[in-house]
Amino acid sequence: MHPYRYHRPGSLAEAEEVLAGDGDPRPLAGGMSLIPVMKHRLAAPSDLVDLAAIGGLTGITVEPATLGIRAMTRHAAVAASPSVRERIPALAALAGGIGDPLVRNRGTIGGSLANNDPAACYPSAVLALDAEIVTAGRRIPADNFFLGLFETALEPGELIVEVRFPVPAAASYRKFPNPASRFSVVGVFVARLADGAVRVAVTGAGPCVFRVKAFERALAASFAPGALADLSVAADGLTSDIHGSAAYRAHLIGVLAEDAVADCA
Amino acid sequence: MMRVTLDINGREHAAEVDPRMLLVEFVRRCAGLTGTHVGCDTSQCGACTVHLDGIAVKSCTVFAAQAEGHAVTTIEGVSPDDGLSPLQAAFKEHHALQCGFCTPGMIMSALDMIRRGAATDEQAVRAGLEGNLCRCTGYQNIVAAILAGAAAMAEG
Ligand SMILES: Cc1cc2nc3c(=O)[nH]c(=O)nc-3n(C[C@H](O)[C@H](O)[C@H](O)COP(=O)(O)OP(=O)(O)OC[C@H]3O[C@@H](n4cnc5c(N)ncnc54)[C@H](O)[C@@H]3O)c2cc1C
Ligand code: FES
Ligand code: FES
Repeated sequence: MHPYRYHRPGSLAEAEEVLAGDGDPRPLAGGMSLIPVMKHRLAAPSDLVDLAAIGGLTGITVEPATLGIRAMTRHAAVAASPSVRERIPALAALAGGIGDPLVRNRGTIGGSLANNDPAACYPSAVLALDAEIVTAGRRIPADNFFLGLFETALEPGELIVEVRFPVPAAASYRKFPNPASRFSVVGVFVARLADGAVRVAVTGAGPCVFRVKAFERALAASFAPGALADLSVAADGLTSDIHGSAAYRAHLIGVLAEDAVADCA
Repeated sequence: MMRVTLDINGREHAAEVDPRMLLVEFVRRCAGLTGTHVGCDTSQCGACTVHLDGIAVKSCTVFAAQAEGHAVTTIEGVSPDDGLSPLQAAFKEHHALQCGFCTPGMIMSALDMIRRGAATDEQAVRAGLEGNLCRCTGYQNIVAAILAGAAAMAEG
């Protein structure tokens, strides 16, 4: 691991000040992605700004049509939250299926989204539920947030403070997990929003989470697993690795999407 | 270098450390508590599991500095001075260890599971152990020991 300086600011303003400094300062949330990549020397931040002591960055707020999850809320807390389980059970189930209990006790929603790992679970929920990423200065719609492999719309030093999820009419997440890490080989999040719109987001299959518009159109016309029977996703551009070929992943997208729709009904 | 003071098993340990020092290294080297093991150092195996404010975490994936201000509990902290705790006794009774390398992590994860009321049946215990690997036992007896330990603790 390369050397770095450790900071634990007590306020957002102090954190932003350090993050605006010279070198390559980075926020540290649960550390479940950042510390392993630092050990592999794939990241060499000059400074780590531990967000743990900043007040007001954890917790879940319930509004009539929206669920707000603060950035430092751990995966275990989302999985166990009665509000999330009642209003967006698919999101609670997704959080409860990330990695293992020890990872869920540290990892945070803000860290997962800022990291935008191609096989991470949360990005699919954020994209399918048409959620909003709230930073200190602006609100970023899900469709504009995930830009590519480990790349997001966040500016250097810009902190996620909250994620706002519209409460859907129905939603389900289906993941074919890597048996060792439990990251998704393919994960499909299907959501029927309150206004009737249907959104289907896929993670694990490509360099970045993406929507399947053809599935969405078919499901908007008829929200039933059979609506997808004649449709498929092209393997072009999907990931091929030791866990599965692009063609295998393309096939899994169809199977998992049908399962998810059946689960919504 | 930075000064880090940690509360480990109710005792204060202070040391001048590199910010890169992991919690597990602090526990083993600075506090001399070698019951917490490093199996992988890549966040996979759970041999390094300790509690931070009562919650089980992988101490190879936490910097020592992050633990300042929180209560760290290691396997030594949950072992009576004399004899065995009910969960440890259940591990012995059920032959839930062979080489024993994974055992401290298994016990710390199991205690968290029992505290959350999640050690209800075999399936729940297996799900609760997803972050803890054992290369020896095949898990069968670990699961049996945790169920028996949970029952003993509920009675105790
Ligand atoms: C064994 C293992 C299994 C896992 N399995 C899964 C899985 O099945 N599914 C899954 O989705 N994930 C999985 N993960 C990843 C896990 O969910 C991480 O917790 C998550 O990816 C990162 O969250 P973190 O809070 O730990 O962030 P950190 O590791 O602290 O940070 C990650 C990145 O985000 C930045 N960052 C953190 N917080 C903010 C913020 N508020 N604003 C802006 N930038 C920020 C950091 O600078 C860093 O670049 C696994 C991890 C491990 C170790
Ligand atoms: S040594 Fe920490 S998870 Fe393996
Ligand atoms: S008893 Fe040897 S690794 Fe578990």
